[in-house]
Amino acid sequence: MWARLIAIVIKEALQLKRDRLTFAMMFGVPIMQLLLFGYAIDTDPRNLPTAVIAADDSQITRTVLSALANTGYMRFTHRPASEAEANALLQRGEVQFVVTIPSDFTRRLVRGERAQIAIDADATDPMAAANPLAAAQPAIMQALARDLVGPLAGLRARPDAVELVLQRRYNPEGKARLNIVPGLLAVILTMTMVMMTALAVTRERERGTMENLLAMPVRPIEVMIGKILPYVVIGSVQVAVILFVSRLLFDVAIEGSVALLALGTALFIIVNLAIGFTISTVTQNQLQAMQASIFILLPSILLSGFMFPFRGMPVWAQWLGETLPATHFMRLVRGLMLKGAGFGDVTGELLALLAILLIVTTVAVSRYKVTLD
Amino acid sequence: MPLAIDVHDLVKRYGSRTVVDHVSLAIEQGRICGFLGPNGSGKTTTLRMICGLLTPDGGGGTCLGHDLVRERDAIKRQAGYMTQRFGLYEDLTIRENLEFVGRVYELDRLKERVDGALERLGLATRQGQLAGALSGGWKQRLALAACVLHEPKLLLLDEPTAGVDPKARRAFWDEIHAYAAQGITVLVSTHYMDEAERCHEIAYIAYGELMARGTADEVIAQSGLTSYIATGPGADRLAPKLRDAPGVTAAAAFGATLHVSGPDRERLLAAIAPLRTDSIKWTEAPPTLEDVFIHLMGRAHDNAPGG
Repeated sequence: MWARLIAIVIKEALQLKRDRLTFAMMFGVPIMQLLLFGYAIDTDPRNLPTAVIAADDSQITRTVLSALANTGYMRFTHRPASEAEANALLQRGEVQFVVTIPSDFTRRLVRGERAQIAIDADATDPMAAANPLAAAQPAIMQALARDLVGPLAGLRARPDAVELVLQRRYNPEGKARLNIVPGLLAVILTMTMVMMTALAVTRERERGTMENLLAMPVRPIEVMIGKILPYVVIGSVQVAVILFVSRLLFDVAIEGSVALLALGTALFIIVNLAIGFTISTVTQNQLQAMQASIFILLPSILLSGFMFPFRGMPVWAQWLGETLPATHFMRLVRGLMLKGAGFGDVTGELLALLAILLIVTTVAVSRYKVTLD
Repeated sequence: MPLAIDVHDLVKRYGSRTVVDHVSLAIEQGRICGFLGPNGSGKTTTLRMICGLLTPDGGGGTCLGHDLVRERDAIKRQAGYMTQRFGLYEDLTIRENLEFVGRVYELDRLKERVDGALERLGLATRQGQLAGALSGGWKQRLALAACVLHEPKLLLLDEPTAGVDPKARRAFWDEIHAYAAQGITVLVSTHYMDEAERCHEIAYIAYGELMARGTADEVIAQSGLTSYIATGPGADRLAPKLRDAPGVTAAAAFGATLHVSGPDRERLLAAIAPLRTDSIKWTEAPPTLEDVFIHLMGRAHDNAPGG
């Protein structure tokens, strides 16, 4: 019995050794996961870009702002001149927060009237907004307690000397599902589209029909588009189903333009299919194609901002995330579904998807061979 | 007659291994040329180079008047290539497979042609069945029907009858002859001697080199082999004694008889001399194609580097 068992073990080990890609995958995937979970993912993101409109420039205002900065959550990156400009920054996702200090802030505080500070947060991802907002009030109170000296010392005792007006934009109730639905859309499409095309081509090679196909007068681009098109339809149906169900069950409506969403989705589906096709040109069998698809899928879940706030990742991981189509698609869908973004707000993401598509298609067409060489 | 295939000095290398070594082949239009040789001798590689699936590393030539490398697309449109492994889709029905092939070749009157092909095949009533459900023989006939759907001028068949029963093989060869009668040139690789004899001419390749060329009779005559057949009780058991004897290239039992052959008549006679007994009768016979091929294989092996 042992001899036979050993015979099988040796055979399996030899086969595994020959299958380089599986081998690489077995070590690559856990290491990637470890690095991502260990280093990259911070569910409590800090140094979030923040716009400040300080209409009142006084010692106390500066104290309040530095108190907010000292929480570590906010990093003042923009000083917009107007509220409209600030709103645009928030809409495009360039800043996570807008802190507004009204012009009468110091005056009201000194008079003992309730002084207000407004913080508008982009709450599409409730996880990224919750902690900074929770930390703001105590930080301000502490700083004021230190600074309110002399004639102002009397104000210290009053807990409501400064009122923080918090506004969670786009997702006022901080509901996670509002954020999850667009993300899920990106992940489901990545998963099915990449895998299906990758398998569709490797299947031909595995079953020996590729040789027959190549002997006939079809061009690579015809094979590629012909293989991809049916899946574009499948992907579109998937999207429609997901959107319909989210509307029905989660009450997630589309705020922005449906046509724009359709355009972005179509582009994203095509990018994924092109990636799948590229995978199929480098892998030999369906198993390898499957593994390579997972290799794309995993970072699309972990690094795209789906599972964890994008800004909670170190810069290198953010760069990695930027190369993934899912990242751009997710931003696009969040903008369109939750923020009611317009064409101008999402051009960046559309262009990024287009650029990825161009690169991937070039690789695919150059790798696909008309011969068996 | 114009040449359907005219290639010279074809070379294909994989790394340091030369799989096809300066093979030249000229086949006249409307002829059936049998392509023979042991496994791994470069038959499939040569066929693939001719139909444009592989780029030769050296040599070149024309196929149906088109350049092998530059006019690959034109060759693909006018030639039909049948792969060794069933190359159609097992998860499509018989009809769907034929329709797919027809559409790829952009054929007009698609329905008519597919109907015709199904009729000729005798598969009209089974057209809705999945191709994967067909037996080996039927799969091969379907593949052939798919190959000729676009009315090619040249058929390249790679071991089309491997693993097919004799009746289906015969039917398959009748079809091949019918196509040749229409003026289609056929280059068919095979391991079967009876099939080789059904070809107008044969080309024998071993270890990447073309070893013999001509009709079956010419190839036998060129070989210069002498053959003897031994009959009598226990004749077939003498094979092991003769196989390694000097001057003997092949000694094989055929039922109760023994076939022995060698290139040099005197040495062959010397080898069998000790085995001449009263009960065993030795008679000279014309060598068979198989004798010739085994002889050629041994000769090629002697030439092969490190062989």
